[in-house]
Amino acid sequence: MILTGFALGPILPEFVLAVGALALILMGAFRGERWAWVVTDIAIFFLGAALLLVLRQPSGSVAIFNGAFIDDGFGRFMKVLALAGSIATLLMSGDWLRRERIDLFEYPVLIMLSTVGMLLLISANDLIALYLGLELMSLALYVVAAFHRDNVRASEAGLKYFVLGALSSGMLLYGASLLYGFAGTVSFAGIATAIHGQSSIGVIFGLVFVMAGLAFKLAAVPFHMWTPDVYEGAPTPVTAFFAAAPKMAAMAVTVRIITTAFPGIVGEWRQIIVFIAIASMALGSFAAIGQTNFKRLMAYSSIGHMGFALVGLAAGTAAGVQGVIIYMTIYLAMTLGTFAAILEMRRNGKPVEEIADLAGLSATDPPMALFLAAMMFSLAGVPPLAGLFAKFYVFAAAVDAKLYGLAVIGFMLSVVAAYYYLRIVKIMYFDAPRPAFDKGSLAERAVLAIAAAFIVLFSVFPGGIVDAADAAAKSLF
Amino acid sequence: MDVAAVFFYLFSAVTVASGFMVIAARNPVHSVLFLILAFVNSAGLFLLLGAEFLAMILVIVYVGAVAVLFLFVVMMLDVDFAELKQGFLQYLPLGVIIGAIVLVELVAGALTLVPSPLGKPAAPTPGVSNTQALGRVLYTQYLYFFEVAGLVLLVAMIGAIVLTLRHKRGVRRQSVAAQVARTKATSVEVRKVPSRTGV
Repeated sequence: MILTGFALGPILPEFVLAVGALALILMGAFRGERWAWVVTDIAIFFLGAALLLVLRQPSGSVAIFNGAFIDDGFGRFMKVLALAGSIATLLMSGDWLRRERIDLFEYPVLIMLSTVGMLLLISANDLIALYLGLELMSLALYVVAAFHRDNVRASEAGLKYFVLGALSSGMLLYGASLLYGFAGTVSFAGIATAIHGQSSIGVIFGLVFVMAGLAFKLAAVPFHMWTPDVYEGAPTPVTAFFAAAPKMAAMAVTVRIITTAFPGIVGEWRQIIVFIAIASMALGSFAAIGQTNFKRLMAYSSIGHMGFALVGLAAGTAAGVQGVIIYMTIYLAMTLGTFAAILEMRRNGKPVEEIADLAGLSATDPPMALFLAAMMFSLAGVPPLAGLFAKFYVFAAAVDAKLYGLAVIGFMLSVVAAYYYLRIVKIMYFDAPRPAFDKGSLAERAVLAIAAAFIVLFSVFPGGIVDAADAAAKSLF
Repeated sequence: MDVAAVFFYLFSAVTVASGFMVIAARNPVHSVLFLILAFVNSAGLFLLLGAEFLAMILVIVYVGAVAVLFLFVVMMLDVDFAELKQGFLQYLPLGVIIGAIVLVELVAGALTLVPSPLGKPAAPTPGVSNTQALGRVLYTQYLYFFEVAGLVLLVAMIGAIVLTLRHKRGVRRQSVAAQVARTKATSVEVRKVPSRTGV
């Protein structure tokens, strides 16, 4: 074997996924379009295999490729989330894409390659690996955003995302070059050693630009401008993918670079994170009130939720990171469930996206109304459901770190945000019924039901996930 | 005056002159051709510095790909360059100011140049060329970055194909099998043409 001497074990899930994607391209190219569904099924199989491989990785943390790639507890937890997001989106998208006649075999392949990028990004342990993982993830996302190429709005979404994404990559690279110039190394640990508690103006500039680039990927204010248009314009399964998996990777790498490269200058980065968190929560809460399109509403909702998750990061402690991990887990379940419901919204074969189309759903489709109502209550943070626990852990960490102002502002803004989630429940249960939706696919209903079961059962048995998140967070400190 | 100095002045003079011609030429195709000349002469300057890898990359990437792409754009897009150039002079004062600022910064930067904080560059290993040295680390120490960069380029290629390739109906494509399967009987018709009447 040529590969002897390289420790391939830690990178095995990514390797399997990348090789699988290459094989599927060949298969699709030779077998043509009619095999798209086979390619999708095999892609789901490979993603599942990667998920199993991640779960079977030995515990502890190993860095390979001269420290460019690290496999640790935190990375493994976030990789499981990203892979779960990709698998759920691929399961749901096959049917939708077939009805819109855009079920090309390239779609699952691009989703797979984007997922490889996410996994590499989560494991990135230096600036070059960070940039390459980010580009691999984003480049595939730009393409799938414009996947419905005969649709003007999808093309606009793809182009907008691409141009702004290129701008954010430029900012990230500029920041990375400044960090390299002032620290003399690209490795996160090396940067932490070079800074050793003393921030020079160059390092702060680098930090600001790197944070700006990462905030763009997280869609956090003030780098959120693209989100509503892209979410509304992209095909709905793609929007579900955008709201779920890439956020896990972007949040993971933000947490990793903050905790491993800048632990010495807490005061400097905390200002940035606190500002981004408050601005995102505020915009997500107020701007969503006037929305009529469900996908657009979910765009603002995801901006707000990223703000809430960043509250945990602002604490900068292991408890805060644990809060972020739990928040992202629950956010993933809520987002996938809600988008499964949006994918089911289809009348006379045409997808409908207006919130008003949900009117009287409780009469026409009681199970779907019940599940979606559970999602909305959880997103709002209403007591017995998982969404409340997500907010509890991040706010508790913020209070422990004496960030009282941030916690109070976040709490008040979550009350504002509850308004538009509860309005959807009101429309479903108390408004005059509209005609029933077409029968959705089994996968969409299954994802919705599993997500609903997760957010209900989390409040009963939170132990396993909370403990795993605790162990994962401790691996960073 | 030694040979290297002669070539240095030759390459630099041609580079500067062709760089000027890129913005001065009226015909955009001429501009692109002068750009190629500037690239090739810069590659010559790199060769004189002993950076033969950079020289070859400059020729391959910039002349082979970028300049040809420019040429395609210039030739295929119907851009009215005469119209673009109208009112060009009104930007002259701003251009001169920006140029002067950049010049001052360059001179100031060159005068205050400090030694790199990263230490001295390693001395060249005898018997190993730049290209060899790059190849040695590219496929060992930086293998991971190299492979991931390859995946990124693959995604770019798939994306370009997915978003632009259209399978139109009614396009007449070459079918090698059908061509090879043709025989004299299916493709040639022999007729006896009577004289003075035509077919």
